[in-house]
Amino acid sequence: MKKNVVGLLFCLLAWGCVAEEINAAAISTEQIQIEEISSEQKGLEIMQEVDKRDLGWGDMSTDMQMILKNKNGDEHVRNLRLKTLEMLDDGDKSLSIFDSPRDIKGTAFLSFTHALEADEQWLYLPALKRVKRISSSNKSGPFLGSEFAFEDLTSFELKKFKYNYLRDEVVDNVDCFVIETFPQYEHSGYTRNIVWIDKERYIPLKTDYYDRKNALLKTQTFNDYQQYLGQYWRAAKTLMANHLTGKSTTLLWENYTFRNGLTERNFDKNTLKRSR
Amino acid sequence: MKNNTLSKRLGVFAVNHPWWVLLLSLIFVGISAAGIKGLEFTNNYRVFFGEDNPQLLAFDALQNTYSKSDNVMILVEPKNGDIFTRENLQAVVELTKDSWQLPYSSRVDSISNFQHTIAQGDDLIVADLISQPLAMTDEQLQYVKQVAVNEPLLKDRLISRTGHVTGVNVTMQLPGTNPMEAMEITVVVRQMVDAFKLKHPDLTLHLSGMVMMNNAFGEASVKDNSTLIPLMYGIVLLVLIFCLRSFTATMSVILLIIFSIITALGLAIYAGIKLTPTSAMAPTIILTMAVADSVHLLVTFLHNMRLGHEKKKAMQESLRINFQPIVLTSVTTAIGFLSLNFSDAPPFRDLGNIVALGVIIALLLSVTLLPALMTLLPVRVKLKDELDNSAMKKLAAFVIKRRKALLIGNTILALVLMSFIPRNEINDEFVKYFDESIEFRRATDFLNDNLSGIYNVEISIDTGSAGGISEPAYLAKIEQFKLWLLQQPEVVHVNSITDTFKRLNKNMHGDDERWYKLPEERELAAQYLLLYEMSLPYGLDLNDQINIDKSGIRVIASMENLSTRQMLDVERRLHNWMDVNFSEYTINAASPVLMFSHIGQRNIIRMLIGSLAALVLISLILIAAFRSVKLGLISLIPNLIPAGMAFGIWGLIDGQVGLGLSVVTGMTIGIVVDDTVHFISKYRRAKVEKGLSSEEAVRYAFSTVGVALWVTSLVLVSGFVVLSTSSFLMNSGMGLMTAITIAVALIMDFLFLPPILMTLDKKRG
Repeated sequence: MKKNVVGLLFCLLAWGCVAEEINAAAISTEQIQIEEISSEQKGLEIMQEVDKRDLGWGDMSTDMQMILKNKNGDEHVRNLRLKTLEMLDDGDKSLSIFDSPRDIKGTAFLSFTHALEADEQWLYLPALKRVKRISSSNKSGPFLGSEFAFEDLTSFELKKFKYNYLRDEVVDNVDCFVIETFPQYEHSGYTRNIVWIDKERYIPLKTDYYDRKNALLKTQTFNDYQQYLGQYWRAAKTLMANHLTGKSTTLLWENYTFRNGLTERNFDKNTLKRSR
Repeated sequence: MKNNTLSKRLGVFAVNHPWWVLLLSLIFVGISAAGIKGLEFTNNYRVFFGEDNPQLLAFDALQNTYSKSDNVMILVEPKNGDIFTRENLQAVVELTKDSWQLPYSSRVDSISNFQHTIAQGDDLIVADLISQPLAMTDEQLQYVKQVAVNEPLLKDRLISRTGHVTGVNVTMQLPGTNPMEAMEITVVVRQMVDAFKLKHPDLTLHLSGMVMMNNAFGEASVKDNSTLIPLMYGIVLLVLIFCLRSFTATMSVILLIIFSIITALGLAIYAGIKLTPTSAMAPTIILTMAVADSVHLLVTFLHNMRLGHEKKKAMQESLRINFQPIVLTSVTTAIGFLSLNFSDAPPFRDLGNIVALGVIIALLLSVTLLPALMTLLPVRVKLKDELDNSAMKKLAAFVIKRRKALLIGNTILALVLMSFIPRNEINDEFVKYFDESIEFRRATDFLNDNLSGIYNVEISIDTGSAGGISEPAYLAKIEQFKLWLLQQPEVVHVNSITDTFKRLNKNMHGDDERWYKLPEERELAAQYLLLYEMSLPYGLDLNDQINIDKSGIRVIASMENLSTRQMLDVERRLHNWMDVNFSEYTINAASPVLMFSHIGQRNIIRMLIGSLAALVLISLILIAAFRSVKLGLISLIPNLIPAGMAFGIWGLIDGQVGLGLSVVTGMTIGIVVDDTVHFISKYRRAKVEKGLSSEEAVRYAFSTVGVALWVTSLVLVSGFVVLSTSSFLMNSGMGLMTAITIAVALIMDFLFLPPILMTLDKKRG
């Protein structure tokens, strides 16, 4: 009997300790949660500002040169023209027309991007004289065999990510916010990205991409920003370096024009054949 | 004599100032051995290839143009013998998903994430072949099975024809910066596999692939070092106790050996050497080599003490008598090992350098630390308790009496054995580098039996013009090439982009089987490819098959397990075919198995030069040491023929000569010379100092060094026999061959050298 009582006492004592620990744990997670909420909130607010400042450009045309480079240092250049229509409640619509290499000259790629669902995509193949709808979950896949995935190139939509403000940092003498973004699209190729946002202009200067095993896969840098219409910043050069394979892709942008009067009719799969 | 004064002064110093010698030795050993903390172990198979190795350069160019192809192949074998059940397919889907989490993985290929294409009206549907297996109907299961076992890209590579085994292939991009990458991956892979087995007890998993091979190199080496080295120490301890019959002397020798090993390793690591499965054998070899010096020294020392000499005097006298032969044998041994620097494979160069260093350090410690220790430690001997060398006396009498018969008999024996040398053939099958006790070997044999094996050849065919791969004539040639490859009996599977082109053409024509053929227009082919490429998800792109400007493609032909001769035969046929049919394209064919196929021959040629250089150098040293051109030249015979005879014996018992065996001659020259040196130096001393006849000098040599030679050779032979039990063939073959060579050398030194001396060196000294 005595033994039992002693045992019971010990049990109670032990329980007391455990309970105390549980309480302490609860408090600390609560604190962490508060901090998380505030850094999540801050991250979201910064990205809302990024989004807000880039609203209202309407439509945009530009010429793009894509330079692929492999580990051997071999290079290959592709040229395309890009038209984009700003959509207010959805991902943007975009039309790319390939000018070179010559085998795919005249190929047109139409894409209605969406934040959380698969994009709708059509490809006009001049050799076949047919428009083909592409049905796949390819957002994570490479665009034109480059180091850019489709999801790296499509327009920025707030809904695409959850955010977490990490810290402030100076990159190349520019004060930046460093923000972690978590893709919300199910088939994304990334677990998270880290973006460096210029504090003054609210534009990205650098993005680190972390693959599905949360290892640093690629780094994108944005260079030679120019301002258009007195408001919108566009980079003239972006470089994507793949750390795993040693390959890289450079995109050079030229002849940006805005508000060219493009409408949804210019982004119609039925007229895709005629886009030149 | 200069040597004698040096050795005398050294001996006097060591025995009179033992504490100083001990202190200085400890400081030297301590500082050098501190290097060991920087020890790094490299287990990438690439370490076997020097930076200028042409096959390595070709392979690197290929890997940098397309993508690296290091992989882990996870083989799934269901107990029910059928992959295509809902549960088993669900397991494959999970395994595929989990495999993306493996370190350095860049791509995962399985039957479930195979990008299956079908036409639906004007749409091209590109999707995983298997995504929700638990919800599949029986018809869908049947459909998926038919697609998988008929798809040229999957059949025999990721799914067996009967569907009883499947593979999940994980491609890794090893950065090559951390030598432990393979081990790091293996730890995670095994954790994943263990967790997976708990969840799916009805599946058996096997792990193969190049990354697992790299890991096997490391594991084989760890296994060797944890079993062989203790065994070696045991043998050495036994031999020492038997022939020294003194506890303190034995312990001193063991201490000296340990010091030699850690000092040599430490210094090597300071010099930037990373350990590899081959160079990790250095401690075992140093252990064996370091025994000889101390044994010679201590046998004489204890002999002197047993005769009643005072301890210090006994040691000084032993140093005086043994100094020259010990220095000579150590230097020749070191030269032999240094000849490994001619090897094409860096790990053998490292091995040679570490052992040479160890041998020289053992020499230095034997003439300094050992005498000091003997002075400081209590040494007790029973007076007149002499090793029995009556056997040696009998042997001497026999050799002298039967010299003619022995001369002729041994000449014939040597010639007969050497005539079997051509029976050897060069073979470096890296799968068979590991015996069945190694998991990688069993998994790879399983892979070979059920799917295509681990041996492959990657062939890049470049048109030289951007977009050239879509040219119908080019694609037709590639298809022809693929069919030719598949006709070769050794080829099990061919991965070629032409199969994708044919499938897309079919898809583009409403899945009409009649259109399962190559597109007939260049633009069409290019645009099909574009459409397909634009549809592929993360990690499943075509960059591993097509180069960036689409001017060339990589075809991968997988083979069954082949010997080097068969592999080189395939390579020759391949190049003949390509020379005729691909004359307008730039061709590069390379792969790890081709690298290994060439390294044996490259290494043998370079090691022949190395051995020759060592032989010339050693002979010159012997001529100088014996102060006799005649004796120097005579010594060539017992130094050279053991290697020849050993290779003849090898031709009879095994006949497979690979990388490991190609260095044996260079390595053993330095060792077998030792016996000759000891024998001839005693013989010469008898003739010059005592003025004896050749017969009497032979008798003297037998009685003075006969036992010591027998004992040291016994240690060496048992040391290398222990090595020959390694589960790593490169080491076990080298060990056995070296043991044979040393044993033959001892026999020749006892039975052949004396008759030669008595015949050719008749003049009285």
